[in-house]
Amino acid sequence: MTVYILCFVLFLVGLYGLITRRNLIKIAISLSIMEFSIFLMLVLIGYIDNGLMPIVDPGLSAQVYVDPLPQAMVLTAIVIGLATTAMLMAIAIRLYRKYKTFDIREMKNLRG
Amino acid sequence: MDALIPLFVAIPLISAFLIVILGKLVKGFHRFLAPLTLLVLLILAVYEFTGLGKISITYAMGGWTSEGGVPVGIYLVLDGFSVLMLCIINLIGLIALFYSLSYITKYTAESNYFALFCLIIAGMNGVVLSGDLFNLFVFLEVSVISSYALVAFGVGKTELEASFKYQVLGGLASMLILLAIGLIYWKTKTLNIADVRNVLDAGYSKPFYLFVQVLLIAGFGLKAAIIPFHAWLPDAHSSAPSPISAMLSGVLIKAVGIYVLIRLFFNMFVFSYEIALVLTSLGAISMVVGSLLAIKQWDLKRLLAYSSISQVGYVVMAFGMGILLLLRGNNEAAAVLAIGGAIYHMINHAVFKGLLFLNAGAIEHRLNTRNLKEMGGLSKAMPVTSTTSFMASMSISGIPPFNGFFSKLIIVIAAINGRFYLLATLAVVVSIITLAYFLKFQRFAFFNKSTGKALDKIKEVPFAMSFSMIFLAVLCLALSLLALPSVRDSILSPAIDVLMQSDLYFTSTLGL
Amino acid sequence: MEGMSTIVKRVTPLLAGLIFLYGIYIILHGHLTPGGGFAGGAIIAGAFILLILAFGSSALNLKKEVAGSSNTESIALLMVVVLALMALLFGTKVFFFNYLPKGEPGELLSAGVIPLYNIFIGIEVAGAILTIFLALVIFKEESSK
Repeated sequence: MTVYILCFVLFLVGLYGLITRRNLIKIAISLSIMEFSIFLMLVLIGYIDNGLMPIVDPGLSAQVYVDPLPQAMVLTAIVIGLATTAMLMAIAIRLYRKYKTFDIREMKNLRG
Repeated sequence: MDALIPLFVAIPLISAFLIVILGKLVKGFHRFLAPLTLLVLLILAVYEFTGLGKISITYAMGGWTSEGGVPVGIYLVLDGFSVLMLCIINLIGLIALFYSLSYITKYTAESNYFALFCLIIAGMNGVVLSGDLFNLFVFLEVSVISSYALVAFGVGKTELEASFKYQVLGGLASMLILLAIGLIYWKTKTLNIADVRNVLDAGYSKPFYLFVQVLLIAGFGLKAAIIPFHAWLPDAHSSAPSPISAMLSGVLIKAVGIYVLIRLFFNMFVFSYEIALVLTSLGAISMVVGSLLAIKQWDLKRLLAYSSISQVGYVVMAFGMGILLLLRGNNEAAAVLAIGGAIYHMINHAVFKGLLFLNAGAIEHRLNTRNLKEMGGLSKAMPVTSTTSFMASMSISGIPPFNGFFSKLIIVIAAINGRFYLLATLAVVVSIITLAYFLKFQRFAFFNKSTGKALDKIKEVPFAMSFSMIFLAVLCLALSLLALPSVRDSILSPAIDVLMQSDLYFTSTLGL
Repeated sequence: MEGMSTIVKRVTPLLAGLIFLYGIYIILHGHLTPGGGFAGGAIIAGAFILLILAFGSSALNLKKEVAGSSNTESIALLMVVVLALMALLFGTKVFFFNYLPKGEPGELLSAGVIPLYNIFIGIEVAGAILTIFLALVIFKEESSK
């Protein structure tokens, strides 16, 4: 159970960063931290004690394998995370060129 | 007919990649291919719709069907509700794309715009068709990531800022959804929506699933911009290019927000009183607060965006009422009315909100402003825009004989029949407030005295734009036919049946 | 962007070749061992990015490179969809059906179409990551001017 609580703590660390940081890049990093805490949880869900990696070896008879489905899910989610992070970075750099700063307090066009 | 289902995702993907490769080499290639794609998709959707009737089709990707009653591969499920959504998505997509042919000429990188548009359509079609939780998540991300890019398409300060805000909140929502999917997989060891229901029927622990449902409401509520989660919507929808605003407000928030929420709560989870109460009250709150926030807006597109929040509130409230009535069990007729009214209002809102954003785009195209105070007297200069927007405004504020009147009337009748008198009163009051702020829009944009700008220089918009607006305005009138019982039976009833008999989905999908 | 010191410039080509080969290995054995299209593609993109970092972007025509890598990426993705659509013609006529002979489990040439998917996804991922990297370099060049 401890590992799940640690995942949750990591999630909260990301959320704290998302709320308190004022720098665009740091906000993106906080989002990534939250993402990876969830990936960690997904992998842990599929873990089975003493399980082998889920590749069928014709030479070996029946074994206990870990659940491969969460791993496939995490791989796909990592790809999606890559796309989201790349988009965030592109927008952040564009914003930097407009405002000459990464500080979110300087960007007030849409306040209210 | 079965073999056509994956084409809804494959065709827009192929044309998106073709546009990226050939769009720069062959001049005008994207202007030709993208509308053709949408037209083919619309014809396919209508063909499926006419052939489907009350049955539902399950398509196992890659030939991986079930193994001892447990599904192995990814399923695509086409039933009455999803085929209706497919028709709406591709219809509004086609109109918005046709409109963009003239509108988009003022931006650079046209071919990227059309490629992203095809990607958004592919993602939404996938979300609507998917019968698998994780597959649904992937398609959802495909459509929202392309919408992040499209919101920032103007690359001005406001566009970029709105897109960043949208991405951070959208990323948060995606994570909540992924967490909920992971938790569901943890307990049930399956991702297929129908199979999850099958497992849940054998017994479940209520507190755990309440937590999962709350996560899902937060996640999809953020995507659908229900009130406490609405902060990104006015910025994102008002900064995007107008055809994209029409897509986002008209279709995207419904396809990736409301549709999924409703599909999961009706066909996957067992109904629970608490969740129904939460949905109903969230819907009512966003209905009221959205309209109150819309009144004080002077930016035309922000006004329309806030009114989207309020109209989506109607839909969510009616679905919540439907669940409450089904749980109560003694008033099935009112439940049918509530669910039918919600689906009807969802279709209507896609049409008239799409039309209103296209009108706003037309005004912005000619005047280069979105501020209502700088407009005035446009009814002579832009007769088509003026007439169509008048029809759309009357429709959204519920004036007969337009479609909005009938769907709101059905929802109000359902609320009265189910003895939700407070909700019925609120629905009527919000409808009056809606009329107030749309009259404000009409007066300041079209009928006021002009404020300085030379009116004689302003001409009507080009053919592609005015044709799309006229088409949608005619549709506003035509859709009120759906209130007739005979038409309703053939179009709305399959969708209502899917939601009313919530066990039907998993028995037909799993082939039990 | 300027290149790095002579030592780096001498060592990087030696390493980049090895990394590139390792990426190809990961892609080709995707159906047998952990890894596959995404992991291998990321490694291949890493080899290119290493070279660009070491030698600097001033030697490149960035706009042309971006167009090239983005086209490669789109063509590879198109091939994946076409491969999936071809399944509608063969076998049980189902989207994404594995229509090639499966072969012996554990052999390099086995598992039907899956190695083909892996190869094209590998090219796609390599192209995509390289495109993102080059786009960010272009941003940097333009803003430092």
